[in-house]
Amino acid sequence: MGDASIPGITVIEEEQPQTGTRRMVLNIGPQHPSTHGVLRLQVELDGETIVKCRPDIGYLHTGIEKEFEVKTYQQAVTLTDRVDYLAPLSMNLGYCLAVEKLLDLEIPPQAQWMRVMLTELTRLNSHLVWLGTHALDIGAMSVFLYCFREREDILRIFEMFSGQRMMTSYFRIGGLALEPPRGWHARIKKFIDGFPSKIDEYEDLLTNNRIWTGRTKGVGYFALEDMLDLGITGPMLRAAGLKTDARKDQPYSSYEKFDFEVPTRTESDVYARYLVRLQEMRQSVRIVVQAMDGMPSGDWKAADQHVVLPDREKMKTQMEALIYHFKIVTEGFRVPEGEVYQVIESPRGELGFYVVSDGTAKPYRVHMRTPSFGNLQGTPKMVEGSLIADLIASIGSMDFVLGDTDR
Amino acid sequence: MLTGNLPDRPLAAALDAFDADAIAAGNFCRGELTLEIAPAKIVSVCGFLKYDQQFVRLSTVTAVDRYPAEPRFEVVYHLHSIERNERVRLKCRLGGANPEIDSVTSVWRSADWYEREVFDLFGIRFAGHPDLRRIMLPDEWVGHPLRKDYPTMGYK
Repeated sequence: MGDASIPGITVIEEEQPQTGTRRMVLNIGPQHPSTHGVLRLQVELDGETIVKCRPDIGYLHTGIEKEFEVKTYQQAVTLTDRVDYLAPLSMNLGYCLAVEKLLDLEIPPQAQWMRVMLTELTRLNSHLVWLGTHALDIGAMSVFLYCFREREDILRIFEMFSGQRMMTSYFRIGGLALEPPRGWHARIKKFIDGFPSKIDEYEDLLTNNRIWTGRTKGVGYFALEDMLDLGITGPMLRAAGLKTDARKDQPYSSYEKFDFEVPTRTESDVYARYLVRLQEMRQSVRIVVQAMDGMPSGDWKAADQHVVLPDREKMKTQMEALIYHFKIVTEGFRVPEGEVYQVIESPRGELGFYVVSDGTAKPYRVHMRTPSFGNLQGTPKMVEGSLIADLIASIGSMDFVLGDTDR
Repeated sequence: MLTGNLPDRPLAAALDAFDADAIAAGNFCRGELTLEIAPAKIVSVCGFLKYDQQFVRLSTVTAVDRYPAEPRFEVVYHLHSIERNERVRLKCRLGGANPEIDSVTSVWRSADWYEREVFDLFGIRFAGHPDLRRIMLPDEWVGHPLRKDYPTMGYK
């Protein structure tokens, strides 16, 4: 009895013999625009109330974890971009830090600060896409256009650094892929000086907007204990009042040298998550400004010649450098046996890389603990008992990426 | 009996005091604590770590295939304590013939999808799991792709 006239939505109605009421099973997705990718939700409705919700994932499963096992450590960086494609630099960073921990590699300060600056720009980029699409779902179309205007500037900055807008692969094991381009400071300064007023613009459009607050306040409530039990992390947890952030708790890549706040709220509804993410954007601006103005000079890649490719000039003039270049490119570098679990704070929450090495040039096993997978698991708990009209607002507030979920 | 550098770790000592047979081996390496747990003890150990040692969060569950070595599989749990600001890795070794271990979904509900993922991609069964189905691959899929004897390329 499926109705195929609306793509992505199937309706099945069943009469309950005891009560005579009709129970409806609504199938949303996997090709539904409000599921931000290929999430499929099977929702059982009693009238307009959601009785049961069953998320179905895996439509974007590409076997990336298997793919890691046949790439050398450096080649595998490019795979990480494709997992969370809205925060590629966060993915690069998590993977590089994990392998560098196995190698016990010292990263020069300039590379560390560059990494901090660019991952914070990534956070802005990711939150902008979230805000734009989330507002679009709820019916505020113009916010989407505003957000994508600023996102374009950030993508151009990424392009300036790495030559790529989205699949940057700019962080490599041992430092950065390329020397930071000339004129980066002026370019980022121009963007970041104007950005706080842009956040004010979004707030003007939404924060006190009666339609927005009506659609988001008190919607999608999630108790803190349930969140911890179901493995939910990131801004959702902070919107429930728990001050937890890997950048503060287990600082990496010299985050301990930066002065920033971890914004929290206590309402734990869609509106609180919105406010937390907007505050996070303001804090990211603070971090980018500090990184930009205090950028240490020096090398942008580590000095270990077994791991890091030599400079082009050296490679052409020195025999030894040429040999190392050849060895690294053809065979990769060996990583000592062992295992590490490196956690960073991605825009969506806790991102963990579990890397196991058997002493060869290819990873024995890489497991990504991705925040979207963990967060999505909480969907039924959050939406069951609420109205179907609030479903899209609720799942939108989770800010998941299906590439990140399915890997 | 704790060996190596484990006696210096308060968490390992506390777990050893709770159940002297629980820890089979372990190490503290690169700032990370790894404890190898006897597979039969995993649920009671996780319960102890959650309720007595404040490890309220299960970060992830995954597995490593050591094929052709035996015992072939390692099921790996990463636990996180926000209060202690500490992480620990638990590891259980399982033989390749019929890999099965008790599910920890009774301790953390978040184990649900992670265990389904390990079941799907490694073929390790979790006894007591409420809904052990494939999660990434279609239900009719044959084989478990993250096993080392599963080819990376090809049609079959």
